[in-house]
Amino acid sequence: MYPAQFDYRRAGSVTEALSLLQENEDAKLMAGGHSLIPMMKLRLAQPPVVIDIGRLDELKGISEAGGSVRVGSLTTHADIAASDVLAAHCPVLAEAAGHIGDAQVRNRGTIGGNIAHADPGSDIPPVLVLLGASVHLQSPSGTRSVAAGDFFQDLLMTDVGEDEILTHVEAPALGAGTGAAYLKFEHPASGYAVVGAAASVTVQNGRCTGAGLVVGGVSATPTAVDVSSLVGTDLSDDAIAAAASGLDAEDPIGDIFASGDYRVHVGKVYGKRALAAARDRA
Amino acid sequence: MARVLGTSIKRREDPALITGRGKYTDDLKAEGMAHAAIVRSPYAHARIRGIDTSAAEALPGVLAVLTARDVAAAGIPGVVPVGWLLPDLKTPAHPMIAADTVRHVGDAVAVVVAEDRYIARDAADRVAVDYEPLDAVADVVAALEDGAPAVHEEAPGNVAFDWEIGEREPVDAAFASAAHTVELDLRNNRLIPHAIEPRAVLASYDSSTGEMTIHMTSQNPHVHRLLMTLASLGMPEHKVRIVAPEVGGGFGSKIHHYADEAIVGLCSMKLDRPVKWTATRTETNLTDAHGRDHSTRCALALDADGRITGLRVDTAAAMGAYLSTFAPAVPTYLYGTLMSGQYDIPAIHCHVTGVFTHTTPVDAYRGAGRPEATYVVERLMHLAGDATGLGPVEVRRRNFVSPDAFPYQTQVALAYDSGNYGPAMDRALEMIGYDDLRGEQASRRDNGAKQIGIGFSSYIEACGLAPSAVVGSLGAQAGQWESADVRVHPTASVTVYTGSSSHGQGHETTFSQIVADRLGIEPEAVEVIHGDTDLVQFGMGTYGSRSAAVGGSAIAKSVDKIIEKGKKIAAHLLEASAEDLEYEDGSFRVAGSPDRALGLGDVALQAYLAHNYPDDLEPGLSATSFYDPANFTYPFGTHVCVVEVDTETGTIELLRYAAVDDVGNVINPMIVDGQLHGGLAQGIGQALWENAVYDESGQLVSGSLMDYAVPKIHNLIPFELDRTTTPCPHNPLGVKGVGEAGAIASPAAVVNAVVDALSPFGIDHIDMPLTPEKVWRAVNS
Repeated sequence: MYPAQFDYRRAGSVTEALSLLQENEDAKLMAGGHSLIPMMKLRLAQPPVVIDIGRLDELKGISEAGGSVRVGSLTTHADIAASDVLAAHCPVLAEAAGHIGDAQVRNRGTIGGNIAHADPGSDIPPVLVLLGASVHLQSPSGTRSVAAGDFFQDLLMTDVGEDEILTHVEAPALGAGTGAAYLKFEHPASGYAVVGAAASVTVQNGRCTGAGLVVGGVSATPTAVDVSSLVGTDLSDDAIAAAASGLDAEDPIGDIFASGDYRVHVGKVYGKRALAAARDRA
Repeated sequence: MARVLGTSIKRREDPALITGRGKYTDDLKAEGMAHAAIVRSPYAHARIRGIDTSAAEALPGVLAVLTARDVAAAGIPGVVPVGWLLPDLKTPAHPMIAADTVRHVGDAVAVVVAEDRYIARDAADRVAVDYEPLDAVADVVAALEDGAPAVHEEAPGNVAFDWEIGEREPVDAAFASAAHTVELDLRNNRLIPHAIEPRAVLASYDSSTGEMTIHMTSQNPHVHRLLMTLASLGMPEHKVRIVAPEVGGGFGSKIHHYADEAIVGLCSMKLDRPVKWTATRTETNLTDAHGRDHSTRCALALDADGRITGLRVDTAAAMGAYLSTFAPAVPTYLYGTLMSGQYDIPAIHCHVTGVFTHTTPVDAYRGAGRPEATYVVERLMHLAGDATGLGPVEVRRRNFVSPDAFPYQTQVALAYDSGNYGPAMDRALEMIGYDDLRGEQASRRDNGAKQIGIGFSSYIEACGLAPSAVVGSLGAQAGQWESADVRVHPTASVTVYTGSSSHGQGHETTFSQIVADRLGIEPEAVEVIHGDTDLVQFGMGTYGSRSAAVGGSAIAKSVDKIIEKGKKIAAHLLEASAEDLEYEDGSFRVAGSPDRALGLGDVALQAYLAHNYPDDLEPGLSATSFYDPANFTYPFGTHVCVVEVDTETGTIELLRYAAVDDVGNVINPMIVDGQLHGGLAQGIGQALWENAVYDESGQLVSGSLMDYAVPKIHNLIPFELDRTTTPCPHNPLGVKGVGEAGAIASPAAVVNAVVDALSPFGIDHIDMPLTPEKVWRAVNS
C-alpha cells in the first residue's frame, strides 16, 4: 500500500491553512488522517498536496454555553466519547463517538475529518442531524454555518467549499425530560455502521412532547424519519414501533453484506429500539 | 528436577516478538537492495495483446521491467509446479509470468524493479497492458455447466480431476433399505487465509559464486528450495539457500510455492543485486492461495434404531485458475478419507470433482479438507438427530466407534489407531450444563424474538500425513517424514536443528521441552534452530498439525540415540557394562550402585576430548534422525456451541463455546490452548463472517478488509476448554496434534447451534457465513 507522490505542508494556523488551500489546487486537508490516508494508500485519492491541520489547537476542544455545546473540528473521537461536558449536556454525541472504529482510531480520528469525509456508515452524521446541529465553516471571505441536515449532500459529498475549513460544530444541549440514544449495527469487517439509529424523545408529565429519529447507513446521507405521531402518546412499544416503521429510503445502499431492503428493515428495528432506549432515558 | 513436559512454560519466542524486535523478511535490508512491484491482471480472464513497458522504464529510478519474454529469454523452466498428482489429473502449465492469457484477477503479467518501493509502484501503474477481455467463470458450479468459459484448453469442462473413494453399491443398498434418510445441499465458503504478515521475499543473487540466498515467508524452506530450483529458476539446489526468518502466521498459505517468489529471484539474477518484494494487503488477498470453496450434495442413511448404514457425498471442489502446490490432495485424500468421522459407518462413497475456475488458486488452509469433511458429517448428524427423534447427543453416541474397536478400519482408507469418543462428549455436556440449557431453550420458544440454540460437533482429525511410502502411492511428490539433528555440546548444552519450521507455533519452546524432559536438563540449556536450508538438514516443514507428532518424534529419536551413545561412554569411564547403565535426571548411573554415576556434562566433555574413550566409538555426541511415522495421528473431540439468535434482525450472539479435545499427551498446555483459541476464531469466523466473494465477471468483491470480515477479539467470547487424553500409540511422545482442531470442529458446531435455535421456523440449513441478512431471510421465508 504505497501512495502516489505528494507534497506535505503543515499549517500553523487556520489562516495559514486557508492560504495554503488557495495556493495549491486540488490540495486535501488532513486532520487525523484516518479517512484520507487509507484512500491515498489505495490510490483512490491522489492529491498533489496534503495540508496537515492536525496540530491546530484553536480547532480543538469541547465547551458549553448558552444552552448549546460546541465541539472543535479537530477534537478526537476519544475526547468526545470521554467528555464530561457532553456527558452532562449532550451524551448521545459521546455515545456515538464511542462506537467509532477502535481505540487507536478514536485516538487519532477527529469529528471534523469524519463529517467532512461523509461516509454513509459513519456514526456521527445521524446524531448531528438528529440534534439539529450546525456545522461551521471558515474561508478567506469569512465564516458561515450550515444545518447538519443540509451539510451532508451525497455519498462522500458535503457542503464544504474548496476554499473552506470546517472549524466546529454546535448542537443544542439536551433539555430536561429529553432522552436520546444511538444504536449501531456494526459491519463485521469495516466496523462502520451498516445501520446507525439516533433517536430522541422529550417527555413531560408522562406524555411525549417531541421526538426525533435519524437513521444512518441506509442511504447516502442520514435519513430522517417522521415520528411526530409519537407526540401526545405515552410512548408505548406499539406506538414506537409504528413510528419507526415509517423509515423510507429511496435507493438504499446495498453491498455483499447487507442489501438495501435488509438495511431498511434493520433501520426500522434499530429505530424502534433507539426510540425505546431514548424513552427509558428521558 | 521437576518435569517440564506437560507444563505451561512461557514461550521463549515472545519477548522479542512482543517488543517489536522480531526480524521478519520485510525488516531485512541488503546492501544495494532494489524493490519489486508486480503488475497484475485486473481481469479474471483476458488475452494479452501486448505490453508496453516504455513509460515505466522511462521513470527515473526504474532498473528493469520484466515480462514473460524475459522469463523465456532467461532459459529457465519458468513454471510453478503442482506437488501432488492424482490419476488423470490435468496439469496445465502455470507460468511464473502470464505470457498470452491471464486466468484470474491478480495473475502476474510483469514486474518492475526500482530503487525504492514507491517508484516501483508508480512505474507498475505505467506498464500499459493491452488486454482483450474474455468471458470468465468464478463459481464452482457454474464452471461445470455446459458452455462455461474454459479456464484451460487442456481441461475440458473445467474438470481438473474426477476422484472417488469407498464403494458406491453398498451405499446405494443402504439407502434402498434405510428407515431414515437425511440429505443436504451445502456450500463450504471460500476463505482467504489472512496471515498478519503478508508474503515477502528478499532474493540476493551473487554472480561471482552463482549462489542465491532467499529470505522469505516460508512454512517449509527445503520444499520451497526444491520447487523453486527445479521448476521455476532451474538452478542447482545446492546453490540456493532459503531462510525463513520470523514468519508471522501462515495457516497453510506459506506452504505453497508461488510465482511471486520465483519472479523476485529472477529479478535478482537479472540485475545481480538483492531485490525485495512484500505483498500489499490487496495482493495478499488476490494471490495467497484461498481455502475451501466446495459445493456438496450429501446424504446419510440410518436404520430404525438410528444406526448409520450409509453415507453418500458428491462434491465439486474449486481449484481456482491453476493447481497450487498441494491443491489436488486437499479435497481428496484430506477430505474423502475423513468421512467416517467418529462413527462406525459400514458403507461410504465420496466422489469429488476438482474444478478450474477463473479465481485465485485454492489450496491448504488451516484444516485443509478436514474442516470440509467434518462440516458434511456433522451437519448430517444434526439432521439425523432430528429425523430419528434421537436428538443430537444420542444419535452421535449410538454411532461412535466403540472404544474396544481400535484400531478401527474405516471404509475410506484411514485406520484409526486409537480413540475413545464417549468421555469427550460426556465432559462437554457436563461443562455446558446441557439439561438446564435445553430447559431455558424450551422456556423461550413461544416467548420473544431471541431464540437460543445448542450445536454439537464431534470431529475427527488426521494429523501428520504418513507414512511416506503410502502418501507417495497416493500421489504426493514429497516425503512426509521429519528430521532432527540434536547436538550435545561439550558443556552439555544442546542445539537442536529441526526441519520443522515455525511460523508462530512456539516450536522453540515446545521442542526445548521435549529435549529437556528426555535429557533431564533445563529447557534454557536447549537452543532450537529451524528455517534455514544451510543450517538445517533437509526437512519437510510445518503444516497439517505435524510438528509435534513428526518433528517432535524425530527429536526424541535423536535424543534417545544420544543417550545410548552416552551410556557406552559412561560405561567405559565407570568401568561398567553399557547394558547395566540407566539414564535419569541428567545422569548415567550403574543400576543398583547409585554412587557410580556421571553427569551428562562429564560424558559430553569426554565425548569431545576422546582421551579416555571406548576404542570402537566415534568421538562427539550428536545424532541425526529422520522419523517417518507409521500412521497419521487421530485427535478428536466434541465441541458445543450455544448461540442466541435475534429473529427480528437475524443477528447471532455467541453465548457459550465449550470444547473438549483429545490431542494425546500435551507438551505445553498453554500453547495447546492457544492453538485451539486461534483455530476456533478461524472456524467461527468461517461460520459467521468470512467469505471470499467473486462477482460474475470474476472480480474479488471481498478483496479488502473493509469487506472481508476477519474475526476480531470483541466478536468472540471466552472459550471453555478441557481435554481427555488418549495417547497416540505409535509415536514416542504419544502426541497427536492440535494446530487445526479448532478450525475443523467449530463451523459445524456454530451452524448446528443456529439451526437448532431456528428449528421452530422449519429451518434445517443455512449456508455459511451465517450473515444476519441470510438468517433474517430464512426466518421470513
